[in-house]
Amino acid sequence: MQGSTIDPSKTVLNYHHAVETAHGHSEHPDHRLTGVIVFLIAESMIFLGLFSAYLAFRVTAPVWPPDGTPRLELLLPGINTIILISSSFVAHNADTAIKKNDVKGLRKWFAITALMGVIFLTGQLYEYHHLEFGLTTNIFASTFYVLTGFHGLHVTFGVVLLLGVLWRSLKADHYSSEHHFGVEAAELYWHFVDVVWIVLFLLLYIL
Amino acid sequence: MTQAQLQEDANLLASDSEHHKPNWREYFGFSTDHKVIGIQYLVTTFLFYLVGGALAAAVRTELATPEVDFVSRELYNSLFTVHATVMIFLWIVPATTGGFGNFLVPLMIGARDMAFPRLNAIAFWLIPPGGLLLLSSFLVGAPASGWTSYPPLSLVSGKPGEFIWILSVLLLGTSSILAAVNFLVTIVKMRVAGMGFNDMPLFCWAMMATSALALIATPVLAGALILLSFDLIAGTAFFNPTGGGDPIVYQHLFWFYSHPAVYIMILPVFGMISEILPVHARKPIFGYKAIAYSSLAISFLGLIVWAHHMFTSGTPPWLRMFFMFTTMVIAVPTGIKVFSWLATLWGGKLNLNSALLFAMGFVSMFVVGGISGVMVAAVPFDIHVHDTYFVVAHLHYVLFGGSVFGIYAGFYHWFPKMTGRMMNETLGKIHFALTFIGFNLAFMPMHKLGLEGMNRRVAEYDPKFATLNLICTIGTYILAVSTFPFIYNAISSWLSGPKAGNNPWRALTLEWMTTSPPPVENFDQDPILVVGPYDYGMGDRATNVDVPFSDPREPVLAAGPNSALRADPDPSVAAHPDDR
Repeated sequence: MQGSTIDPSKTVLNYHHAVETAHGHSEHPDHRLTGVIVFLIAESMIFLGLFSAYLAFRVTAPVWPPDGTPRLELLLPGINTIILISSSFVAHNADTAIKKNDVKGLRKWFAITALMGVIFLTGQLYEYHHLEFGLTTNIFASTFYVLTGFHGLHVTFGVVLLLGVLWRSLKADHYSSEHHFGVEAAELYWHFVDVVWIVLFLLLYIL
Repeated sequence: MTQAQLQEDANLLASDSEHHKPNWREYFGFSTDHKVIGIQYLVTTFLFYLVGGALAAAVRTELATPEVDFVSRELYNSLFTVHATVMIFLWIVPATTGGFGNFLVPLMIGARDMAFPRLNAIAFWLIPPGGLLLLSSFLVGAPASGWTSYPPLSLVSGKPGEFIWILSVLLLGTSSILAAVNFLVTIVKMRVAGMGFNDMPLFCWAMMATSALALIATPVLAGALILLSFDLIAGTAFFNPTGGGDPIVYQHLFWFYSHPAVYIMILPVFGMISEILPVHARKPIFGYKAIAYSSLAISFLGLIVWAHHMFTSGTPPWLRMFFMFTTMVIAVPTGIKVFSWLATLWGGKLNLNSALLFAMGFVSMFVVGGISGVMVAAVPFDIHVHDTYFVVAHLHYVLFGGSVFGIYAGFYHWFPKMTGRMMNETLGKIHFALTFIGFNLAFMPMHKLGLEGMNRRVAEYDPKFATLNLICTIGTYILAVSTFPFIYNAISSWLSGPKAGNNPWRALTLEWMTTSPPPVENFDQDPILVVGPYDYGMGDRATNVDVPFSDPREPVLAAGPNSALRADPDPSVAAHPDDR
């Protein structure tokens, strides 16, 4: 190839990529959902760290839970778990609805999801209130409160996200079958919170 | 036609007009431009570096004599604690990832900005409050339990300072996680058309490996600090054996982050060095794929070595063997990089300017730190030197001789692109000489001090160590002085240095294919890759082309079977990594 014969600036470029040039920032492809997924990896690492701390305390303790820890009641947390898990399916209905451009359906399903989240949180607070141990009773109690409390914070944030989407959906045409990042992000976050709870429930209540 | 001309001509359209420079006020506000944010990071973190340096000077002044004569023992503990925290969390981590990463990654991959510009700005604006919060702890009694904050020491050595330390590190960690999310999405999703992963400049590979580490490891530190703060203020006993807790769990969680943090601090610098050496040696990088993939290998191995910091913490022998082995294995990908750099320099036409001097200083000093790293990886040796000045010498050879030398090389190399002005070479060489001499005077003697048993983190020591300590202190003062030519050089060059032009180094990567400083949207048109990122001195053969030229009027330029673009590449110097 004679370099001098190529003057790329003057060559007619039939370069399939070079088409989309003069777009502004606003038009670049939407990577927000990828961002949320990557962020959730970080979130799960924080829980993983706390879980492994819990397991380490548990493995090194001579008796677990330490002597004198009252047994955990399973009925209420069990119901709570069922509510939270089913709320994930409810949330998914909202996503299906908005993909069909059904904003009313989106509102309905997200409202139910948020309500189930609130029921879960109330149940959690009720349980806290009736437990016979406090934060500093022993190492089991401390990990119990910190893990469930940290998860509860995430549920609260998830409810706020759901309500935020509901608020925005009141504006006409804010969400459509094409543009509904907010819905997908909130749903994804809700599933994440749900999965974390399943692990948490198994670790703290069942095992 | 040289490769640089070929690449520049192809991108004339990307850089043809004069652009307004960013208003100086933008640098003090909530800008979402990655270039402004990058410079905000660099300037802010450099200011914190000066603070950290002043703290180091105070520490060394205390250690100039064996007695406690300059500051009290308590203040001494705070000085080295805050020194380390500032240097790690407010200088090296944010300067390399936030500073250079932000400025360079979008330009190098031909993107207009980061994937999430506003998130980017938020990540930056967590840094100044985090830093000022940390420094404000001196008003209430600064943290004094070392940057590791091991309980039970951290729980009994002054609650307010310790709590401020936790808050500040949580803020800075959040910033680092948000930045990592941004980098990963940007690099994976926003490369200019035609740029596959194996066509990326090596700095982008390094940033990808770094961001993955920051994303995975930093949250675990946050978890540890949350538990620690409960112990500190709520009376729990997570890390207190009398309440059923275990301080060793903290050490595991802490080092699960803080060992990878070492790679978070060095991997971006590896990437910068891989950019700087080929440009100034005028040679293709040796072993592109080896360097790229070894970054990923380091990133993965870095996650499974943490307990080598805990060989004396009652770690069971079989576990120590595992961590000793994995730690030593890290020397392999690191060695691959070092030899690749040496092979890149070998036979090159070296242009010994400040950037290359610092880059070569980096390679040589990092090798010293790397070798002492393999030494302390060995369990028997580590038990001997644990918590002595040998470890202090090792870590400074890696973090100062490594990261900081690399950051300086990056400053000299990319300053023309960031500001549009050249830096003064004479001052740069004076800066290098002073830094190199001061650094080795300050830290080389510490190897001997450590082997002879001088403990770290103690304000006084056996008088027999006095001479060597005095040498270390003198070295530190030379290091302190060495920053002045740099500061003067940077400011005066920024204001009135000679104009740099678009591509003063005749480099090939995309950041040089636009104006200096680049326009707001980086490129007027999407840039075009005509040559590989390191095809220096390869004549006019362009083999690494995604065949952008398809000119029906000129069959030679069409991508047909007879095209010149299809010529067989020579494997020894091939432009495209696949052909090597």
